[in-house]
Amino acid sequence: MNGTNKEVWTLAEVRGKTIHPVSKELLAWGRELADPMRVPLASILVGSGVAPRAEELIAAGADKVYIVDDPSFENFLCDEQVGILEYLTDKYNPSILIASATTRGRTVMPMLSARIGCGLTADCTELSIDPVSGRLIQTRPAIGGNVMADIKTRGRDPQMCTVRPKSKRPLDTDRSRKGELIKVSPPQSLLGSALKFLGFTPETSVGLPIQEAEIIISGGKGMKNAKNFAKLEELARLLGGTVGASRMAVDLGWVPYSAQVGLSGKSVTPRIYMAFGISGAVQHIAGISGAETIIAVNHDPEAPIFRVADLSIQGDAMEILDALIDSLKKEQSERWTLTAD
Amino acid sequence: MRIAVLVKQVPATDSVKIDEKTGTMVREGVEAELNPLDLHAVEAALRIRECRSEGATEITAITMGPPQAKKAAAYAVSMGCDSGVLLSDKRFGGSDTLATSRTLAKALKKLGPFDIILAGERATDGETGQVGPAVAEFLRIPALTYVSSIDELDEGHITVTRSVEGGHEKMKAPIPAMVIPVKEMNIPRLCTLGGKLRAKKTEIPVLNADDLALDEDLTGLKGSATLVVNVTYPQMTREGRKILSSAGTKDAVKAIVDLLEEKNCLEAAR
Ligand SMILES: Cc1cc2nc3c(=O)[nH]c(=O)nc-3n(C[C@H](O)[C@H](O)[C@H](O)COP(=O)(O)OP(=O)(O)OC[C@H]3O[C@@H](n4cnc5c(N)ncnc54)[C@H](O)[C@@H]3O)c2cc1C
Ligand SMILES: Cc1cc2nc3c(=O)[nH]c(=O)nc-3n(C[C@H](O)[C@H](O)[C@H](O)COP(=O)(O)OP(=O)(O)OC[C@H]3O[C@@H](n4cnc5c(N)ncnc54)[C@H](O)[C@@H]3O)c2cc1C
Repeated sequence: MNGTNKEVWTLAEVRGKTIHPVSKELLAWGRELADPMRVPLASILVGSGVAPRAEELIAAGADKVYIVDDPSFENFLCDEQVGILEYLTDKYNPSILIASATTRGRTVMPMLSARIGCGLTADCTELSIDPVSGRLIQTRPAIGGNVMADIKTRGRDPQMCTVRPKSKRPLDTDRSRKGELIKVSPPQSLLGSALKFLGFTPETSVGLPIQEAEIIISGGKGMKNAKNFAKLEELARLLGGTVGASRMAVDLGWVPYSAQVGLSGKSVTPRIYMAFGISGAVQHIAGISGAETIIAVNHDPEAPIFRVADLSIQGDAMEILDALIDSLKKEQSERWTLTAD
Repeated sequence: MRIAVLVKQVPATDSVKIDEKTGTMVREGVEAELNPLDLHAVEAALRIRECRSEGATEITAITMGPPQAKKAAAYAVSMGCDSGVLLSDKRFGGSDTLATSRTLAKALKKLGPFDIILAGERATDGETGQVGPAVAEFLRIPALTYVSSIDELDEGHITVTRSVEGGHEKMKAPIPAMVIPVKEMNIPRLCTLGGKLRAKKTEIPVLNADDLALDEDLTGLKGSATLVVNVTYPQMTREGRKILSSAGTKDAVKAIVDLLEEKNCLEAAR
């Protein structure tokens, strides 16, 4: 290692005047790098009226927070953000900069990469420090999950990457942690944007998109018909999850394409992935390798999905589904009567 | 008004074969196609041309890749683009997104000025989604990413709706601007027989690093800041617990509920 004391940085995300939870996931990523490198972990907090929130980042694992608090940053405008990030990286010269692969991170990070001429690795699922060179090894899936590539960044620092949201749990909040809050006042010339924010309309639909869901209830051709398939929604609703599907189920018109999981659909990273009547074709498996726990229900004891499942249930999908829904509902009503007492 | 669309040639997803033994993708003999998400960018350009009542609109498709990538530009022409250009040079080989974007931006400067530049959300092979926003920055123009509709466009400004986490936001930007559509924006048209014939007759000029006056150190492997140092083919198997049908539905359901409990996934149900 080259003996410099350059920091590891994470880019906090702000919604209004609050800190978005992904910011805390990023600090969990950052700690795993800053500790072996023996350097401070800092978070960058840019927004309007966000300074009072900075302590939350310390409690979530940061040693320092660089705060840029100005009314100009009320909305996320990419040109203004790139300008401030260029200013901060030039001024403090961090070794690593990690952002979340959200629509914001995926917009501003490539722009910053072009602005300051540093490399950027997309959508990482693993980060580590090469013990020999001290450089960052960034691991990411590509080509529909069929390859995992280890990527290194050369040339100018920072080494930059985005990481998948929800791929790491935040550290436990520790309000006794001490850290340094550093207020940065950027030059006036960096304030202001060519873009104009005209308004935000929240989504009205229930359930998260599958890529953001923590619990996914998926079904395949083994669900037999659209009516049976609809039962998956009931289970999803009970568990606060989202419905997913194999390509067969999508092709049969039981669910829209947006629910398709796999090589030609979406890659997902839920905590629980439940597969009812899905055989487990390689193209389907390609989309669920990032799932933490896989539960599969299939009546064929040889179904390939059982090879990748943490819990394999041989049985009739409809029967298990009905019984599971009943059991959860029963438990729910029992609890309610208990609390009513 | 002049519009440029960036299109990339990728291995065709429908002809992707998986080696059942190793679970990896078979690349040999796989056909190439225009990146599926780029079709939405081409469609967006064609619709802008159709909607504009006054003044001519000219659309150029630009692709960078090996000589056979010409096909990607030709396909865009057959959909209705007016012209196509291929950037091809051995010196471009091995470009990461930084070098790719720098090269594309150089070409856009040389062939421009353009009022609107469109790119796909991400390519199905490299899958970074970084090229569009990086090109915008090299040109120092705003990047409008995740656009689900173009709401207004005049000589000075563009207003779009962006599809972001939890909803949609409306944004206005001066042009020139980079616009990157999401799939939901439109349904790309198929190319007509007439379009195919026109594409056959349309010459696709090829530009190399010298034509772009691009320093060798700034493109290709030399101009790249990221390096793929190792590639593995993930083989997924988990040694899980198995419950046979002979155990009965009750035990099966109990096993599921217990696991959900262990993973703290029963909060919503309570
Ligand atoms: C290039 C390419 C891309 C692809 N992309 C995708 C993709 O993104 N996503 C995807 O999913 N597929 C994809 N596929 C298709 C994939 O190869 C499979 O055909 C598909 O995943 C099968 O869907 P399935 O498991 O629902 O159906 P099947 O393979 O038909 O499996 C049905 C399963 O249900 C079980 N079953 C039947 N009845 C019952 C019952 N009563 N109770 C319990 N179990 C029952 C059966 O035992 C069987 O295992 C792709 C294919 C190609 C070539
Ligand atoms: C396994 C693997 C992993 C990689 N990981 C990274 C990484 O993390 N960081 C990195 O910098 N590079 C990476 N690369 C290199 C990267 O794939 C190439 O630079 C590629 O040329 C462009 O990136 P992309 O495919 O991700 O395109 P994307 O950024 O996903 O493409 C978005 C859009 O940009 C336009 N576009 C992209 N390429 C072209 C082109 N050649 N011609 C015209 N328009 C184009 C298209 O409109 C396209 O839809 C990786 C390569 C491999 C094989």
